[in-house]
Amino acid sequence: MNNLFNIFLQPFSYDFMLRGLAASVIVGVVCAVVGVYVVLRGMAFFGDALAHAVLPGVALGYLLSGGSRDTLFWWALGAAVLVALAVGRISKHAEIREDTAIGILFASMFALGIALISTVRSYSVDLSHFLFGNVLGVSTRDLVLTSVFGGVVLLTIFLFYKEFLVLSFDPVLAATLRLPSGLLNNILLVLMALTVSVAMQTVGVALMVAMLVTPAASASLLTRRLWQGMLVSAAIGAFSAVTGLYLSYYFNIVSGSAIVLTATAIFLLVFLFQPRRGLVWKKR
Amino acid sequence: MYPRTLHQPDQPILDVLHLSVSYEGREALENITFHLHAGERVAVVGPNGAGKSTLFKVVAGVLPPTSGEVKISGYGPRGHICIAYVPQRSQVDWRFPASVADVVMMGRIRQVGFFRWPHRADWDTVHAALEAVDMNSMANRQIGELSGGQQQRTFLARALAQEAELVLLDEPLNGLDTPSQEAILSLLDKLRQQKITVMVATHDLGQAASRFDRVMLLNHQLVRFGSPQDVLTSENLLRAYGGHAQLIRGADGTTTLADSCCDGEEEHE
Repeated sequence: MNNLFNIFLQPFSYDFMLRGLAASVIVGVVCAVVGVYVVLRGMAFFGDALAHAVLPGVALGYLLSGGSRDTLFWWALGAAVLVALAVGRISKHAEIREDTAIGILFASMFALGIALISTVRSYSVDLSHFLFGNVLGVSTRDLVLTSVFGGVVLLTIFLFYKEFLVLSFDPVLAATLRLPSGLLNNILLVLMALTVSVAMQTVGVALMVAMLVTPAASASLLTRRLWQGMLVSAAIGAFSAVTGLYLSYYFNIVSGSAIVLTATAIFLLVFLFQPRRGLVWKKR
Repeated sequence: MYPRTLHQPDQPILDVLHLSVSYEGREALENITFHLHAGERVAVVGPNGAGKSTLFKVVAGVLPPTSGEVKISGYGPRGHICIAYVPQRSQVDWRFPASVADVVMMGRIRQVGFFRWPHRADWDTVHAALEAVDMNSMANRQIGELSGGQQQRTFLARALAQEAELVLLDEPLNGLDTPSQEAILSLLDKLRQQKITVMVATHDLGQAASRFDRVMLLNHQLVRFGSPQDVLTSENLLRAYGGHAQLIRGADGTTTLADSCCDGEEEHE
């Protein structure tokens, strides 16, 4: 019995592990809740692009501050908000299809980010932290920023719950009710940008889209109401974060990918065994 | 918190003046002028792509007109929340995670107001609206579990919960069986008793003739607008439908029209 407790408690006898755990759970929950809108509105590709497009902003901050990590969050935030609103505008006055526009922007920004980082000598280690996250490097300052901005995202979603519901379900109703649709859409884009910046430290840009989409997709298979979906998605996100960290600690796996793989395993289980509609029940 | 726009009681509920709309250089609606009074029920008929959906969206204030104007009870369309648009069923994401009551409550969010949650009174209004369309027993169903007629009635309940004075229904009878169509049509009678003005886009000329006060025949231009007898003449129908129309004269003197191109959805934008 004592042994079992040890397995669960031992990793968190280190302060940096505790901070990593707290940050991962917050990120898991925030990504999962925002992800419900990402899945409902078919914005998975946009989320992926947004995460990758943050890289040049972060790289620039990294170069300008001479390798210090303190200001990186703000550089990521600035880049994410800029890209989110830019794509929002492009898709409105589109001469080319939206997914094409995103594809061009996404790859070129990512390339620019890698080009910038590659000018530094210790490039491969730094790059891998940006790409896949570095949960063990979460400072107290990072944790405070994560909590504050994660809280802002969740609070905004709570406050605009019914407006976002209408906007996502029936944009024409939003227009006949004279809701400020443009403003609300931009708020939603900024929320995604905040989420991406907050999640960069723990999961990194390369796997971010999985954190946005996978828990929300599992929840959508299990629930029939938006708020239920958000609660279930948040629970899956938090559970994946904790489980992923344990896997990371005991099997020496990169934390970001351990978290994402846990979320994927949950999705597969739900997909196969969900009540009534699951693949397993259909076979019979 | 929301802007409310005054209504002038002596003005028509809907006044459309020299309205034109064009998309990408193509004229969807040309110089349309008409007005409606409170409680009228109008069928809008015309071939696919005639601009019926476009007309509804401009009247609802969703699309801006290229020229001309739309007045609601004497004022411009900004600020009015008294217009309800019931979309074609094919335009709705029925897998969306919302219950019947959730969808009806969506019609009320302006009355609820920003940063507030629905009160008991708002839920009472929602349930009264569901009662009016005989859907209260379905309130907690996910919308995808409903039949076509029930889905259509849910959206009518949403218009009631919105306290709409002008309701625009885009092909509400498409794909419904006869009893469901009758249920919708008798609900429209109820709306008339409440002085709610209704515009219905339809392909069914028989219903347009027998169940509506006035018929609007549309094909980019307003071909004719008036009583069913005046509008639904073979001459007008051929003008509106051109070669697609096959007129069948019934034994009782009524004219029905088999529209060879109209079993699909109307094309949009």
